[in-house]
Amino acid sequence: MTFWLLLSVNSITFGALLFLLAAGFSLIFGLMRIPNLTHGSLFMLGAYFGATFVNGMLGAYFDFWLAALMAAALVAVFGAVIERFLLRQLPGQPLAQVLVTLGISFMVADLCLMAWGGDPIAVATPPGLTGFVRIGPMVFPLYRIAVIGIAIVVGVALWLLLDRTRIGAMIRAGVDDPDMARVVGIRVSGLFTMVFALGAALAAFAGIIGGPILTVYPGIDQYMLPLALVVVILGGSGSLLGSVVGSMVIGFLYNFGQALFPELAYFVLFLPMLLVLLLRPQGLFGRFIP
Amino acid sequence: MSALVVTGLSKSFGGLHVTRGVNLNIAPGERRLIIGPNGAGKTTLFNLITGELTPDGGTIELSGVDVTHSPSRHRAHLGMARTYQIITLFGQDTIIHNVRLALLGLSPKRWNPLIDLRRQAALTEQGHEALARVGLGHIADRPLAQTSYGERRRVEIAMALAQQPKVLLLDEPFAGLSIDERRDVHKCLMAIPRDVTIVMIEHNMDVALEFAERITLLHFGEVIVEGNRAEVVDDPRTREVYLGH
Amino acid sequence: MTARLAVFIIAIMALVTLPQWMHGVYYVNVASQILFYAVFALGLNVLAGYAGLVSLGHAGLFGISAYATGYMLNLGYSHSVAIATALSIGMVSMAIYAVLSLRATGIGFIMITLALGEIVWGLAYRWISITGGDNGINLHGRPEPFGIALTSPNAFYYAALIVFLIALAVMTVFVRSPLGAALMGTRDQPRRMTALGYHVWLIRFFACMLSGLLTSIAGILFVYYNQFISPQALDLTASAEVLLMVISGGAGTLLGPIVGSTLVVVVKSVVSGYIERWNFLLGAIFVAIVILMPEGLVPGTVRLWRAAFARRRPGPVVEATEKAS
Repeated sequence: MTFWLLLSVNSITFGALLFLLAAGFSLIFGLMRIPNLTHGSLFMLGAYFGATFVNGMLGAYFDFWLAALMAAALVAVFGAVIERFLLRQLPGQPLAQVLVTLGISFMVADLCLMAWGGDPIAVATPPGLTGFVRIGPMVFPLYRIAVIGIAIVVGVALWLLLDRTRIGAMIRAGVDDPDMARVVGIRVSGLFTMVFALGAALAAFAGIIGGPILTVYPGIDQYMLPLALVVVILGGSGSLLGSVVGSMVIGFLYNFGQALFPELAYFVLFLPMLLVLLLRPQGLFGRFIP
Repeated sequence: MSALVVTGLSKSFGGLHVTRGVNLNIAPGERRLIIGPNGAGKTTLFNLITGELTPDGGTIELSGVDVTHSPSRHRAHLGMARTYQIITLFGQDTIIHNVRLALLGLSPKRWNPLIDLRRQAALTEQGHEALARVGLGHIADRPLAQTSYGERRRVEIAMALAQQPKVLLLDEPFAGLSIDERRDVHKCLMAIPRDVTIVMIEHNMDVALEFAERITLLHFGEVIVEGNRAEVVDDPRTREVYLGH
Repeated sequence: MTARLAVFIIAIMALVTLPQWMHGVYYVNVASQILFYAVFALGLNVLAGYAGLVSLGHAGLFGISAYATGYMLNLGYSHSVAIATALSIGMVSMAIYAVLSLRATGIGFIMITLALGEIVWGLAYRWISITGGDNGINLHGRPEPFGIALTSPNAFYYAALIVFLIALAVMTVFVRSPLGAALMGTRDQPRRMTALGYHVWLIRFFACMLSGLLTSIAGILFVYYNQFISPQALDLTASAEVLLMVISGGAGTLLGPIVGSTLVVVVKSVVSGYIERWNFLLGAIFVAIVILMPEGLVPGTVRLWRAAFARRRPGPVVEATEKAS
């Protein structure tokens, strides 16, 4: 019983991290119709930056949360640069978009290897969250609960942004019909850069928040990217609710799959995605078929 | 037997009824003109007839065969051809290649992965014949990128004619053309033999009225008036749709 | 036309005599790798180039055939049985891939194929009782067609060359055929093609099967060359690499995938001996290609060549390019 509950908490925590990663991916995909294959790299960059700030750089040590925000901001700028100077030049050319985003992910992976070496880097759990929570007879790691809380806060903030602000209305209009949004005079140019930077920041934030749980290592980019992708296909691109549900489903399948059928863990992970593709190609909460 | 019969055809997008219970009965060899203000549902009607859209209700019969549920490609094989309002040709290729693709679509050779398409003399010859019918035989090998808008319109018509259709649907064949180009297209259309039934959507009344025998006026997805030229032009409802509110 | 024929004959002569003038076993092996990766890239090009369907899961298919060959051989079956089984399993897998992924086009197709590739990778990585997991499968020996052992680098090179030339010939015939023209039509104007009487889905399905055949053949050559297969050969990076070969060389051209596979294999195996950060270099090359020649190296070079030619001899060519632009 304890085992199952602990596994469930781990699943929700992993789902929360996936949500942070996939929400931005989903918005970028939904709004710009760009397969952003650098998204795993942005996650990894955030994790490495954050780890460096926390573990000390040039004699300066940063608080975990400050480090997380700095890493997210840096990667957001990087994302904005990619969008503005590369992807901007390639509208409606999926081949070139794939080529350039993969090229960048190769470069980022190699630069990270050069800068941080091949060994995994541990990120210490922020002080104050190292303990455990006792609920009845059960004991849960406090940090994992905190990650769930952070994801909920970010999720609510994103929902408010999308649902209650003018910018959010423009993003939603763009997701529903990009051509129409352009026709009615929404300045998609600035919007695209903003959404791309926001997605990059969220991915980087997920990277460092996940650091104490996953550690940071070369190859984590290619490990996370397909998971983000499955979440988006499952939930539907451009849908916040879809990202939430998709992340949780994948979080549970991933952890329970590993525990119950280790040999077929990945098959179990991708199976619901195939079912969704067959029965509801726009995803559970998606508005359009990509 | 009628060439094309449409009965109670309906289609809505969301809550918007774009086609409401449209009935058409078009005799073999007839020249039918479909008119109506913007948003009357003319192109939607064409897309339903060709099968690019699925109707919510109603039936479509092509030469007595119920094709309501057959895919577009079957209708093409049963003798339906169309041109598009927005020219949708294969822009990277030559004119003759475009026409050859149209011919190939109805030939069993289209599944052949081994022979050289350009050496299929019969196809090329038929392609040249179709181009000659629209007066483009002399520039058959020209890349499409180097042709004028009016020439492309005639390539569209040549492609449709190459399919030897029984029913030919023309979606605004005169739209966007200069006076000279309009005359060229008009000449092509007049030369089409009577074994081809033609249904045409057109805004340009001068040319279209001269061409059509019967006219259907569509408004908000409904057939308002139908009859010969004089009947429709003189009908008060026509004036109401076009002039008054 | 005669100039083109002369270049072709010289290229064939150079390839046939390569082991004679290319000194060192190492470089002959590099040439063999280029050849089977070129077959792989030609296979992916059927989809990414001629059908406009970008697959990011092709390494999975490549891997399925490679694993099947290794698995059958280790069960004690002969080379011919192993190869036949691998091809059949590869084609069946391709059919499953096609049925699932042809529900979408564009980015949707990319995403679905990527996910399918990951499933195959996940199985190879985790289904240890069949695949050996991270340890992979080792092979012992290469086949001996018509009694000729392929154990030496030169012999394997010639086998790869023959397969490559057959694949290139198949593609040359295919792109000129009616079915090839129809496939390119479905890439450019799928709606129009349907209205012209073509069965767009089935044409795309056939394209998938041709692509799958070439991919499976490349996978079998790969496993015989390396005498080893592990999950690394079919991960996302591997799928990305072959797609990059196709796009960088020029998708939808016959020569593009060959140039692209040469570029990638040379950077990976030759340049990496001199430059430690070759992965960075490869990424930078891809970004540079997108900026300078978004259509790929082969069409891009042709374009520059024509522009230079036209400047020297003003005439109808100039007129043509002006009108086209």
